[in-house]
Amino acid sequence: MISLRDAALSYGERVLWRDLTLEVGRGEFLAVLGPNGSGKTSLLRALLGQVPLSAGTLTIDGRPPRRGSAIVGYIPQQKSLAPNTPLRSRDLVRLGIDGHRWGIGRGGPAIRRRVEELLADVGAAPYADVPVGMLSGGEQQRVRVAQALATDPRILLCDEPLLSLDLNHQRAITELLDRRRRTRDTTVVFVTHEINPILAMVDRVLYLAGGRFSVGTVSEVMTSQTLSELYGTTVDVIRTGGRIVVAGAADASGSSHHSGSAKEAGT
Amino acid sequence: MNDLWHQIFNFSDYGALLGLVKNSLVAGAILGLVGGLVGTFVVMRDLPFAVHGISELSFAGASGALLLGTNVVAGSLVGSLLAACAIGALGIRARDRNSIIGVLMPFGLGLGVLFLALYKGRAANKFGLLTGQIVAVDTVQLSWLAGTAAVILILLVILWRPLTFASVDPEVASARGVPVRALAPLFTIVLGLAVAISIQIVGALLVLTLLCTPAAAAMRVTASPVKAPLLSTLFATVSVVGGTMLALGSSIPISPYVTTISFTIYLVCRGIGAVRTRTTWGRRKALPYAGQSEARTEAPAARLAGKG
Ligand SMILES: Nc1ncnc2c1ncn2[C@@H]1O[C@H](COP(=O)(O)OP(=O)(O)O)[C@@H](O)[C@H]1O
Ligand SMILES: [Mg+2]
Repeated sequence: MISLRDAALSYGERVLWRDLTLEVGRGEFLAVLGPNGSGKTSLLRALLGQVPLSAGTLTIDGRPPRRGSAIVGYIPQQKSLAPNTPLRSRDLVRLGIDGHRWGIGRGGPAIRRRVEELLADVGAAPYADVPVGMLSGGEQQRVRVAQALATDPRILLCDEPLLSLDLNHQRAITELLDRRRRTRDTTVVFVTHEINPILAMVDRVLYLAGGRFSVGTVSEVMTSQTLSELYGTTVDVIRTGGRIVVAGAADASGSSHHSGSAKEAGT
Repeated sequence: MNDLWHQIFNFSDYGALLGLVKNSLVAGAILGLVGGLVGTFVVMRDLPFAVHGISELSFAGASGALLLGTNVVAGSLVGSLLAACAIGALGIRARDRNSIIGVLMPFGLGLGVLFLALYKGRAANKFGLLTGQIVAVDTVQLSWLAGTAAVILILLVILWRPLTFASVDPEVASARGVPVRALAPLFTIVLGLAVAISIQIVGALLVLTLLCTPAAAAMRVTASPVKAPLLSTLFATVSVVGGTMLALGSSIPISPYVTTISFTIYLVCRGIGAVRTRTTWGRRKALPYAGQSEARTEAPAARLAGKG
């Protein structure tokens, strides 16, 4: 579904990553990890066709990425919506269907039914008519999932969708995404700071750090050796009770200390 | 006391007066429609300060036209569009935008004051541009107003959906192919046009009473993207037309009437909104985590749908 060859992305002089070659298959769950500023969001922006690669090639389903493509769904890095936003959950989802079209657009029963369906699928039907600004973080994120699925995409790009959610809601959101992938073979690219909530469903990990990267299964990438090489300093990866804890200079997963990640981002 | 009352409200010869200000009433209705709709985006995009900034340059344009003896509406359109272009070109990011507006605003006001000081005509004309007027709308001006309003409405109809998307949810809108960056200056121009015609009636200092208050009031009582602009339009129209009719015969400018009605509507809507938040919308939040169960939750949803 996604094919990157010798890809590089840089803003001016600053190279975020280079020589990235990666094939992501249909129905695959790819976790993208790395400290702040390592270029995770930028990778998604490249996949969305919003920034061009500075080198190499990228194809989505065999074609170059195109802005507004219906086969790609997107959940942005969380930013809560303004409290007075004059939209209800159902309206936000509807914008995902036809919000890019010119004109007023009166909706009609087909679109209304589709919105109901999408909301029900993610369990957001109870608050379909509640203003989005009044939803809790977890509720807003469910509605975001429904919106991202509005075009029935074959690839879902999620940018830190678990940020500031409690454990219950984290589980609810990851299960929604995993179910979608299993039932519809949707490819999921999941940017996260925290690998533990998705350990059970991750097929492969792309770890970005300091201009370099590492790709492989969780057990290949999340090791002291691999991460130490990536960061160029000693990093300890400890597996304990089904969880992965990363300790050392860069804590980009496990019990992450954000100050450590931020420092790493500057290098 | 009675004298003061008669200065503020005076309904003698009302029928004859009404005939005199027919143009103003029509203009008021047009402005209500435009202000209510454009205001919806002003509030969504957090642009009240831009409205104020544009209106000062629009005022400079209008007073320049007054001084030169040319069409005042055309003058304010020129001022507005120059301001809109400057803001659109220089202020992509919100922080830049506000400081640019802060720089433009006093400059526009100063320029306008200069032009008015040089102007030797009727004093009422001068004052009117700042604080509003009702009698000065002649047929030529009215056709300028109507023409500009038509352009605004056509642009709004075309831009409505993507502009809404880009205003409330820019990241996803951009991912879905909405030209988010291009829409910002485009809307600023629509806003410039709306400001230019609004200052003809309510004056440069009080444009926000049309382009912000009604929409802000509407958004207090509904989150429906259909009802919000409709209510906003209704509020704006009631404010201008109602204000004009109350101001008839009095020696006071129209603006205090318009702003008072507009503000009262806002207060009432705030009250209603606060009650709604605590009862219907808020009660839902008191429920425990709803999970996937659908049955019991249909009731509040349906109740809201009826009012929302
Ligand atoms: N449009 C841009 N122009 C220049 N630099 C950018 C731009 N977008 C992001 N950056 C920089 O690129 C780096 C990576 O950003 P990002 O992809 O958001 O990282 P992450 O999501 O991993 O935290 C950051 O240092 C950021 O400042
Ligand atoms: Mg990011």
